[in-house]
Amino acid sequence: MKVLIPGALRSYTGQGQVDAAGGTVDALFADLDRRYPGLRFRVVDEQGQLRPNMRLFVNGLGVRDLKHGLQPHDFVAVVLALSGG
Amino acid sequence: MSPASPVAAKRLVVLVATRKGAWFFHSDAKRRTWTVDGPHFLGHTISHVQLDPRDGRTLLAAARTGHLGPTIFRSTNGGRTWKEAAQPPAFAQASGGLPGRSVDHNFWLTPGHGSERDTWYAGTSPQGLFRSEDGGVSWTPLPGVNDDARFREWMGSPQDGTPDGPKLHSVIVDPRDAQHLYFAMSSGGVHESCDGGRSWATLVKGMEVVDGLDPGTLTFHDPHCVRLCPSNPNRLYQQNHCGIYRMDRTGDAATDVWQRVGRKMPKRVGDVGFPMVVHPRDADTAWVFPMNGTTVWPRTSPDGRPAAYVTRNGGKTWQRQDQGLPESQAWWTVKRQAMTADAQATPALYLGTTSGELWAGREGGERWFNIARHLPEIYAVEVGEFA
Repeated sequence: MKVLIPGALRSYTGQGQVDAAGGTVDALFADLDRRYPGLRFRVVDEQGQLRPNMRLFVNGLGVRDLKHGLQPHDFVAVVLALSGG
Repeated sequence: MSPASPVAAKRLVVLVATRKGAWFFHSDAKRRTWTVDGPHFLGHTISHVQLDPRDGRTLLAAARTGHLGPTIFRSTNGGRTWKEAAQPPAFAQASGGLPGRSVDHNFWLTPGHGSERDTWYAGTSPQGLFRSEDGGVSWTPLPGVNDDARFREWMGSPQDGTPDGPKLHSVIVDPRDAQHLYFAMSSGGVHESCDGGRSWATLVKGMEVVDGLDPGTLTFHDPHCVRLCPSNPNRLYQQNHCGIYRMDRTGDAATDVWQRVGRKMPKRVGDVGFPMVVHPRDADTAWVFPMNGTTVWPRTSPDGRPAAYVTRNGGKTWQRQDQGLPESQAWWTVKRQAMTADAQATPALYLGTTSGELWAGREGGERWFNIARHLPEIYAVEVGEFA
């Protein structure tokens, strides 16, 4: 499936959109980490929680549960929540 | 015990970690001219950068961004290129009835003992202690601290700590013994291990806490910065939320007591602050940088007049050092990792301010001059010598 990568993570992927696979969001990030080592820990903490200020959208719908199921043709967007100063 | 006179540095570097990146300032033993190298990691929150004194080449940088989780970057060529740790510090899963925790940021980096070439320690927020034995590539939690029920009680929850998160800091390795370690927690007291971090004993006797609280409760102890004197490793200095202290270790728990040497500071200035700096070769000489710790804790220079204070007699007396610093209306302060001294024959001090200025104090802080302005808020300043 296609995964949209935010600018802050492109030092890992080198591109803004990548292909990856997984039956759940958790599996998808495991696959992304295999392809781009270190990426997962910047997004998902050691307790399996999506980090604060990170958002995921599957086909445009917000998801926080890493057990959320995915289909091969889903479109997943990793988005940085607006914040800062 | 006094080490031999130092060899003049050919490649001195001041490593500045800020809220939005890292900058390195290069000079030599004269410390007259400075060349800036940076930014490194622009936009990243850099809590600490350390040069490994064992090889004069390896750098570790503790980083995170506003959105991305915490990690550690490593360079083996003086910062020309960086590679991320393969396994950054991360807490273990929940166990023993204790809730699982997540590292928010790596706060403190300490190179290991001179005899252990690839060992490093990291202190985190929320409080955790981690060790790397491969030069910072992979990090392992120390369960004797991170998953010990007593420590977890003293640490409290992440919401119980300082405004930007409770911190484990001041990780110290005794230069005589790789197994002898210290660390401090804001809050949670000072602790030491004599077996390489497997077991720990508290070291808070004599430390005061906020009026009305019980000093017998470790949670109430808030050491801000602890330093060991390299020329006399039995002597420790500490800047605490409640004063400046010195301890001369006797080896007997009954007499290992912190003495509040800050009582000799001028009353109008007080003895609250964050950094503590010790002389590389004279254990009677140490520096602090007081701040306003009254009422709501403004954390600014007292009266808007920043100054270092030096003792040259182990804390019996203190002298103000403000020559060259702003004389008024300077409301910045210096965080606990943002002041240090080099190891040259006549040491210079270096400090970074919350307003993004880097200052050097020649002749042990007697004359201050500005190296850089307009940097982001400075979190840490270290000085080292490239090989």
